Amino acid sequence: MNIDELYQTIILDHYREKHHSGLREPYDVQVHHVNPSCGDELTLRVHLDGDTIRDISYEGEGCSISQASTSVMTDLLIGDSTAHALDLHDKFLEMMQSQGRIEPDEDVFEDAIAFAGVSKFPARVKCALLGWSALRDATLQATAHQSDPSPAG
Amino acid sequence: MLDIARIRDDFPILQRRVGERPLVYLDSANTSQKPRQVVDAIAEHYLQHNANVARAMHLLGAEATEAFEGARRAVAAFINAGRPEEIVFTKNASEALNLAAHTLGSRLRPGDEVVISVMEHHSNIVPWQLACERSGATLRWFDVTDDGRLDLEGAVREDLINERTKVVSLTWVSNVLGTRNPVAEIAAQAHAVGAVMVVDASQAVPHQATDVVALGADLVAFTGHKMCGPTGIGVLWGRYELLAELPPYMGGGEMIEVVEMSRSTYAPPPHRFEAGTPPIAQAAGLHAAVDYLTSVGMDAIAAHEQNLTTYGLEKLGSIDGLVILGPTEAVDRGSALSFNLTGVHPHDVMQVLDSRGIAIRGGHHCARPLHKRLGHQSSTRASSYLYTTREEIDALADALVFTRDYFAPRFGG
Repeated sequence: MNIDELYQTIILDHYREKHHSGLREPYDVQVHHVNPSCGDELTLRVHLDGDTIRDISYEGEGCSISQASTSVMTDLLIGDSTAHALDLHDKFLEMMQSQGRIEPDEDVFEDAIAFAGVSKFPARVKCALLGWSALRDATLQATAHQSDPSPAG
Repeated sequence: MLDIARIRDDFPILQRRVGERPLVYLDSANTSQKPRQVVDAIAEHYLQHNANVARAMHLLGAEATEAFEGARRAVAAFINAGRPEEIVFTKNASEALNLAAHTLGSRLRPGDEVVISVMEHHSNIVPWQLACERSGATLRWFDVTDDGRLDLEGAVREDLINERTKVVSLTWVSNVLGTRNPVAEIAAQAHAVGAVMVVDASQAVPHQATDVVALGADLVAFTGHKMCGPTGIGVLWGRYELLAELPPYMGGGEMIEVVEMSRSTYAPPPHRFEAGTPPIAQAAGLHAAVDYLTSVGMDAIAAHEQNLTTYGLEKLGSIDGLVILGPTEAVDRGSALSFNLTGVHPHDVMQVLDSRGIAIRGGHHCARPLHKRLGHQSSTRASSYLYTTREEIDALADALVFTRDYFAPRFGG
């Protein structure tokens, strides 16, 4: 197995220098997601402005795949609409579960196309999805919170 | 000295290649490989002697029963148990520890204390948490020192083992740090206050001669698959007098004496704790594993591993950017070597090593509290056994330098 197929330059670059990392104010919702099999942990905050994702901030400990995937995701989604973010989450999930069969569209995924190779390593798919799952969870909570401003239970 | 080349011939899987490279299997603390003798014994059982035990009265039933009970005798002799009835077969070590926690837990009351340690595998933490939740007892634990030894002085300061202590449950050898704990000493302290001593020996029994009587414990758990045996069979050894006073764990066939619709009476140990059809072929395999290890010699295996541990600690310890978790000297220490490469996550270490045919484990090794205590989120672990060679440790060290340079810019990656 050629590891360069997994560890694309984009992934290593983002791992060494993460974009938008650190937890910031203000935010609407904070979530904490873990990958129990390896212990990777991620705390992620979302700040919405109407339907727009104003900020995604995060702090986590994890492997290069989970860290880089979260970093790339913030580049893609900050400033974007929540609907597009959730749609992209579903497309990314589909790509990651494709075992390398889906050829990703670079216009849609930008740097995230680097993770297409990860889908051929089943043990690492969960790593690539950690940030995206946390973002989906936080976005859905924040959206629900907006439509029902009473304190969430 | 072990004839490693001859031993490796008994393990066909070690001849496998991963791409261009030979397989280097350094994950034996996770599960050991199986010699041909064990696989043959299981095949022979299924192909020639298969039947259910005890209840089948025909020839094959008698042979299957003899295979199962013969394994019990062999395991008893292997760990110097007083009598074969002290050997309870379970599914694995986790089930053995759950059996211990559940049955001892039924005697716990609010105010009672159970003592474990922060270096335990989750399977020697969670069952006691559950037992304490059910009974209202309090869970306490030994801390570790920064170099990964049990903090015995801290335990004295905190009066950890006292007249309220009802159970002390400790690992003999840490699955992460390799630390070998002074079980006999702690068992004496436990007994002095009337507590029961439980030992998780999963990482000890496969690697050294075991004498449960000298160990001084009351219950000892271990598993077959880490000692050249098959998966699906574990062992709980217990002093017979203690087993005889413990209530059943699971109910069902084989564990009863007389069943009425309103109540039942239970079989004496060990069958009281073996409800349902037991792991029969697995017992035949474990018997073969015990015979195999005995023929090689447990003292020779321990000496070989001690040698490898000394070599591995020296080799890995000299890699710039590598931090070893646990004792850095091969004293009172098993062969598990856990470490971190600064700036490289264990999952990435594992992945690069895997691409070079080296099988190790990355993660928290079912010991999250221990990692947290030592300030590591997770770690990478290499673990040896009787078939491991120095050349494999060399391959590991080379691959680690490659991995470090691949990820860490400061080393030119």
